[in-house]
Amino acid sequence: MIAEPADPLEDAVLAARLFALAPATFKGLTLRGNSPAREALVAGLREILPLRRLPGHVDDERLLGGIDLAASLSAGKPIRQSGLIEEARGGALIAGMAERIDGSIAGRLAQALDDGQTALVLLDDATETEEVPPASLTERLAFACDLAASRRWQRVELAPAAGALANVTPLDDAALRALAATAEALGVDSLRALIFAGETALGLAALSGRQAADKSDLSGAVRLVLAPRATRLPPQEQEALPEDQPPPPEGQQDNSEDADRDQREPDLSDMMIEAAKAAIPAGLLESLAQGKAPCRSSSSGTGQKRKAAMRGKPLGARPGMPRGGAKLALIDSLRAAVPWQAVRRREAGADPDAPLIMRKEDLRIRRFEERAARVTIFAVDASGSAAAARLAEAKGAVELMLGQAYVTRSEVALVAFRGTSAELLLPPTRSLTRARRTLAELPGGGGTPLALGLNAAREVAEAVIARGRSAALVILTDGRANIAADGSPGRPQAAADAEASAKAIAARGIDALVVDISARPGPEGAALANALGGRFLALPRADARMLQAAINAVQPTGKAA
Amino acid sequence: MARFPFSAIVAQDEMKLALLIAAVDPSIGGVMVFGDRGTGKSTAARALAGLLPPIMAAEGCPYGCSKDDQARYPDVCGTGKMVKRAVPFVDMPLGATEDRVIGSLDLERALRSGEKAFEPGLLAKAHRGFLYIDEINLLEDHLVDLLLDVAASGENVVEREGLSVRHPAKFVLIGSGNPEEGELRPQLLDRFGLSVEVRTPKDIEVRIEIMRLVAANEADPQGFAARWAEADETILKRVAKGKARLAKLAPGEDVLRDAAELCLAVGADGLRGELTLMRAARALAALDGAKKVTRKHLIAIAPSALRHRLRRDVLDETGSTVRITRAIAELFG
Repeated sequence: MIAEPADPLEDAVLAARLFALAPATFKGLTLRGNSPAREALVAGLREILPLRRLPGHVDDERLLGGIDLAASLSAGKPIRQSGLIEEARGGALIAGMAERIDGSIAGRLAQALDDGQTALVLLDDATETEEVPPASLTERLAFACDLAASRRWQRVELAPAAGALANVTPLDDAALRALAATAEALGVDSLRALIFAGETALGLAALSGRQAADKSDLSGAVRLVLAPRATRLPPQEQEALPEDQPPPPEGQQDNSEDADRDQREPDLSDMMIEAAKAAIPAGLLESLAQGKAPCRSSSSGTGQKRKAAMRGKPLGARPGMPRGGAKLALIDSLRAAVPWQAVRRREAGADPDAPLIMRKEDLRIRRFEERAARVTIFAVDASGSAAAARLAEAKGAVELMLGQAYVTRSEVALVAFRGTSAELLLPPTRSLTRARRTLAELPGGGGTPLALGLNAAREVAEAVIARGRSAALVILTDGRANIAADGSPGRPQAAADAEASAKAIAARGIDALVVDISARPGPEGAALANALGGRFLALPRADARMLQAAINAVQPTGKAA
Repeated sequence: MARFPFSAIVAQDEMKLALLIAAVDPSIGGVMVFGDRGTGKSTAARALAGLLPPIMAAEGCPYGCSKDDQARYPDVCGTGKMVKRAVPFVDMPLGATEDRVIGSLDLERALRSGEKAFEPGLLAKAHRGFLYIDEINLLEDHLVDLLLDVAASGENVVEREGLSVRHPAKFVLIGSGNPEEGELRPQLLDRFGLSVEVRTPKDIEVRIEIMRLVAANEADPQGFAARWAEADETILKRVAKGKARLAKLAPGEDVLRDAAELCLAVGADGLRGELTLMRAARALAALDGAKKVTRKHLIAIAPSALRHRLRRDVLDETGSTVRITRAIAELFG
């Protein structure tokens, strides 16, 4: 019904024009993918809306305004500086590498967005799926466009915003209902998204100079706002329409009063779902088609949380010289010096406007209680041989660990391998709810691609270590590999590959524990533990307590590296 | 942006009730709101602040001291005369530093006059009002500890940077967060008086109504606020009357017994459950304008008061709310 847009840029241009039309209403847009098209779009947007760059390292003072320390010191009196949020008023802040935005900055920005003080353009350069801009921000921005696949590179000219939202008649009930039904069908729960969709329909009408939003505006709103937020595939055709929706009119409805409404509605939401399908990102569609809901955390603030967990508890500064790796705590040093200024100036005979007199004893150095967050990665063998034996018990063991992680606030990740593949079921998380659910849904059966499982676990561990945290592997398997690293069956090759993978883990210095979950532990498990340079535990002889003790032993202590 | 009127918030009755109860009796100890993004958690919390009756506070006092506070903390609050001011509502950003929260050396005054003065932080600002923290589960642990400690003692004690200050900080802590993104430690959860779970409304009609209201508010904030002013005023009066009535209400022996039995039946840890349950039931009765606290009030508020205090069983999928309603059905029929 709706032709698929030729290039993602076209929708992005539309989103940008809408945003420029009413920055306070739409709050902003997320532009994914570093491409010439995105640069062109940003340049075009800049021409009609002042954009102020927001560097990732901005601090609170600069963002919200406050005392300019350097200027105050040289002037000898407090000098205020305005913050970026204030300076960007009437335009928008633009943040490059948005996926690296710090949680604390995101918190400030989210608040400013809620209060209508600012609008935001996020440039998301992430290449890995687990790196995403803070969800607290993307949730609050109306549009998200993926321009990574755009092949355009020409100059983008955005027509200056004409019309105004206020000139368009508010959406009627049928239109509101259609939007709500579409959001429901796409699994978009957030009411913010729904509200944005309504405003977008009005905005599209305003852009084309219409007095009221028509069908194309509504499907445009679905494409721009709801589709990128879809968490499930729209139901197939009419039979899967939400239950409270009237059935599609096969013949003429006899209730003439509702006929008009009834006729229009399924029509509308069908059409809009159709529009949404065309706009749902390809990767999402794929994973949805496989029956997997997109991992919620990949679009929610896991990055934030990680950083929060990593920063450690600042212990405040203490007197000392900044050397030997200790960092000068500038503010604290100044704070220490400032109360004495009146006395020192008098002593030194300097006039009251003289610059700050610092002494050695004023110097403060920073201290942190660094506590590297620890992540325990469970690699669970869900193959037929293991499943028959002790998969349930393996699950029990993992849950036991989860319960402990809940108390100590460490994180867990879950990798499962069976058949011819291994997958990361749960990226590092602290959420008990999600972990428990994922685990309960873990099916069993198929071959044992041990090498693949080990590789997947190693990759997770490496990502964890790259973020400055410590990782430990707990591998629950019977060790009887029969699928090689390339997915082909055959025991000898599979065993060789598994050994190679295990050695790669050992070479990275990652702590590992092998728990043999077969009914009669053979030599394979012990051999694997040996190759890993890790410990070995046979589950049949282990009770819950022993298992936990073993896991505790292999876990990093959590002290700073 | 003008605050969204409290009375215009559709559905989410449990959250609204919990907030009102906390407004009637701040000693309940805060409200924790669990829920997904975009379900109106922040909107409701912020709307509440715009609704409450003004308080009498010392003029120009950074802490908003009452007469009693002036007597108790003569060194932080002068003898300024009492004037009306709005109930403070502090929206604490996720990235707030410890300095900002508890207060620190006033750099400006230090630079200007070399004076060692205390610059009150967010805790001082929130005194006698509300402190709202969105995504409290992502807040650093040491800050949460600090907040709960101050919330429990009603006093902020600062001993750092050569400062030694003690000032009143009684506030209602409102936290919100999504458990899917990380949970609060149980010992912190227990400190919250009430907890509510907010789901996104699944009913199409409700969702449409919300869209309609928000669009109306966007189009004409002043007019919208004016249209709801009367309804807000009614709630304000209810809260004010409830506050006045609170002292006169004392739960009878039978209600206390009910509370104790219910807590035992669901296995709520510690005594805090009973205390909160009793206080919340009393506040609800006051809010309803009832003559005495009855079992009905107790049952109505039990899920909010107890659900976060049940011992979590990692392997048990049954939700806490279900366990509480089951216990209520068994005990009281």
